[in-house]
Amino acid sequence: MTSKETVRELAAQPYKYGWTTDVEEETAPPGLSEEIVRWISAKKEEPEWLLEWRLRAFRHFMKLLEDQQNPTWANISHPPIDFQAMSYYAAPKPKLELESLDQVDAEILRTYEKLGIPLQEQKRLAGVAVDAIFDSVSVMTTAKETLAKQGIIFSSVSEAVREHPELVKKYLGSVVPYSDNFYAALNSAVFSDGSFVYIPPGVRCPLEISTYFRINAEGSGQFERTLIIADRGSYVSYLEGCSAPMRDTNQLHAAVVELVTMDDAEIKYATIQNWYPGDADGKGGIYNFVTKRGKCAGRNSKISWTQVETGSAITWKYPSVLLQGDNSVGEFYSVALVNGRQQADTGTKMIHIGKNTSSTIISKGISAGHGNNTYRGLVKILPKATGARNITRCDSLLIGDQCGAHTVPYIEVENPSSSVEHEASTTKVSEEQVFYAQQRGLSADAAQSLIINGFVRDVVKRLPLEFAVEANRLLELNLEGAVG
Amino acid sequence: MLEIHDLHASVNGADILKGIDLRVGAGETHAIMGPNGSGKSTLALVLAGHPAYTVTRGSVTFDGRDLLGLAPEERARAGLFLSFQHPIEIPGLRLDHFLRAGYNEVRKSRDEDEIDVLKFDRLIRAKVKETGMDAALTKRSVNDGFSGGEKKRNELLQMTVLEPKLRILDEVDSGLDVDSLRSVADGINRLATPESATLIVTHYQRILSYVVPDAVHILIDGRIVRSGDKHLAAEIESRGYDWVTEAAQPAPPSVAPTAGQS
Repeated sequence: MTSKETVRELAAQPYKYGWTTDVEEETAPPGLSEEIVRWISAKKEEPEWLLEWRLRAFRHFMKLLEDQQNPTWANISHPPIDFQAMSYYAAPKPKLELESLDQVDAEILRTYEKLGIPLQEQKRLAGVAVDAIFDSVSVMTTAKETLAKQGIIFSSVSEAVREHPELVKKYLGSVVPYSDNFYAALNSAVFSDGSFVYIPPGVRCPLEISTYFRINAEGSGQFERTLIIADRGSYVSYLEGCSAPMRDTNQLHAAVVELVTMDDAEIKYATIQNWYPGDADGKGGIYNFVTKRGKCAGRNSKISWTQVETGSAITWKYPSVLLQGDNSVGEFYSVALVNGRQQADTGTKMIHIGKNTSSTIISKGISAGHGNNTYRGLVKILPKATGARNITRCDSLLIGDQCGAHTVPYIEVENPSSSVEHEASTTKVSEEQVFYAQQRGLSADAAQSLIINGFVRDVVKRLPLEFAVEANRLLELNLEGAVG
Repeated sequence: MLEIHDLHASVNGADILKGIDLRVGAGETHAIMGPNGSGKSTLALVLAGHPAYTVTRGSVTFDGRDLLGLAPEERARAGLFLSFQHPIEIPGLRLDHFLRAGYNEVRKSRDEDEIDVLKFDRLIRAKVKETGMDAALTKRSVNDGFSGGEKKRNELLQMTVLEPKLRILDEVDSGLDVDSLRSVADGINRLATPESATLIVTHYQRILSYVVPDAVHILIDGRIVRSGDKHLAAEIESRGYDWVTEAAQPAPPSVAPTAGQS
């Protein structure tokens, strides 16, 4: 990335994760049916209770589908999704039950290395434990033993179902019930894998926990489920990244993430979302329809969402916090960038239930090209949330005159002692700003990068350092040549 | 240092500059005076390479190089600095970060090493003192929420840091009270060297009492209609622009259109 040529190459092909891995995969036939749900569950050798739960979710989803209850309120548009046309499971063959790296397909190891997340022991990023998810399955989880010494459980959800069924049974669906929304119902019926983290009381997780999601198979959707539980007085910082090949058909990614914090616990959850956004004319790309929610169940607990959304044809996600414990804290820091024909409708919900709960929302939307960006947020103060506080700031940056930025804040206050603040701004990167910077010796691209970096600084600085660099680079790459 | 020959330029199809000829030598200070709409700011922006203007005829050489063939940033790196009449606000971008990036680009183009944050911090603190600017402003977004006077001082600060060869000052005194004007003028005078030059673009004579020009040119309707020494500026101050217009044009057929303030 240092030579000028590399930069130019990257500019010519901004999406650099668009290749495919040549590996034989086992793919379920297209279509959604009770049979497929049972097949997935059997494939994973799941207990009866989980199958029953999936089937309840499946029936609920089919009912919603029949009643045409698919959500239409978001400020996005796409042709109807044919849920019978896609496949709900794809996994590399042979079925991977890994004891050591020797058993991981060399092609898959190369895939992750190319993505910048080497799984080989000697090459791993220092201080980071990784769960590598390839299409529908987890292919490798690193640093498990190190973490296990402190009682931390870090594994795929499938493994957690086998090894720690009592924890999974207790918490799965406890924050996002299958009946929560259309895509949560679909996910609950067909979810294939995802990460599971449990931090025992009083433990501060010594590593960054991270999951990397890779979609590879064509014609399949990815439906992962992540569950993180921070027990009393514990702390964990978690980061997810994702990418997918360039294809001219749309693929659905409908994940559910649930977080739970007990008394005095804290979870920091960061996302760098870089799914394939489609080409300049809007052909192809991932539909990223995700439900993420945390529950501050305990007193003085804290959940913090940080997201940098640069990819996907369409992003539809609202990482939220239920502030149930007294004095609990919820945070949402977001950068959402749309370029080309990308659409994003993203924001958060802060539901204040307990006393003296507080929440902070900082949303930075960048719109370029023909992109359309919407911040949608709900701050709700329930009657018992005495002394609740919220501060919201929504800033939009427009590049060019073909893009859109929208802010849709909902505020519902049912307790008079609370305080809610909302600030919003819209600015435009103008030709005049770029010229001014050029007059001081900067190139147009450098000027634009500086302006963007300045705009997103409040959010990006909350990411772990090596990922902050990556996030800034992604933003620059996705905006190369947008001005000038 | 700067040689302008028969320069024509237009914006949105309207001809603004209609044949400018001007030579500015090293160590010299020239003033371009003219009524509103005469093309003064256009001349400054065309020299800096503003993309909205199209040069339709003529040539400009700067230090022997074809200025019009260079991108705006290349002109800046070559030593051309424009102090903007209306400095641009860039919310979210810290002034010191912005200025360090520009400074390092200029250094790179001279085959000098980039300087790091700490060294630049020392440099900018010294320059801030020199220009009498509020040091806290360097940690704020570029010109964002600055008063008119602070914006002009910020132009002076950037000029002091970047050490250009040619300083083009577009209405540098607008927004300044008398005391600030004197201090900004002192700053400009301190930058003058035998190797560098200054081009002052102004409507009013006021600034020229503090930064004394070697030559004064009157620009009307896209042409320089009269040149002289500093006394010409004083004459404009007392008599306005109309007499120059009349003297420059053949007798009007009937009612003379009033050029000048419009």
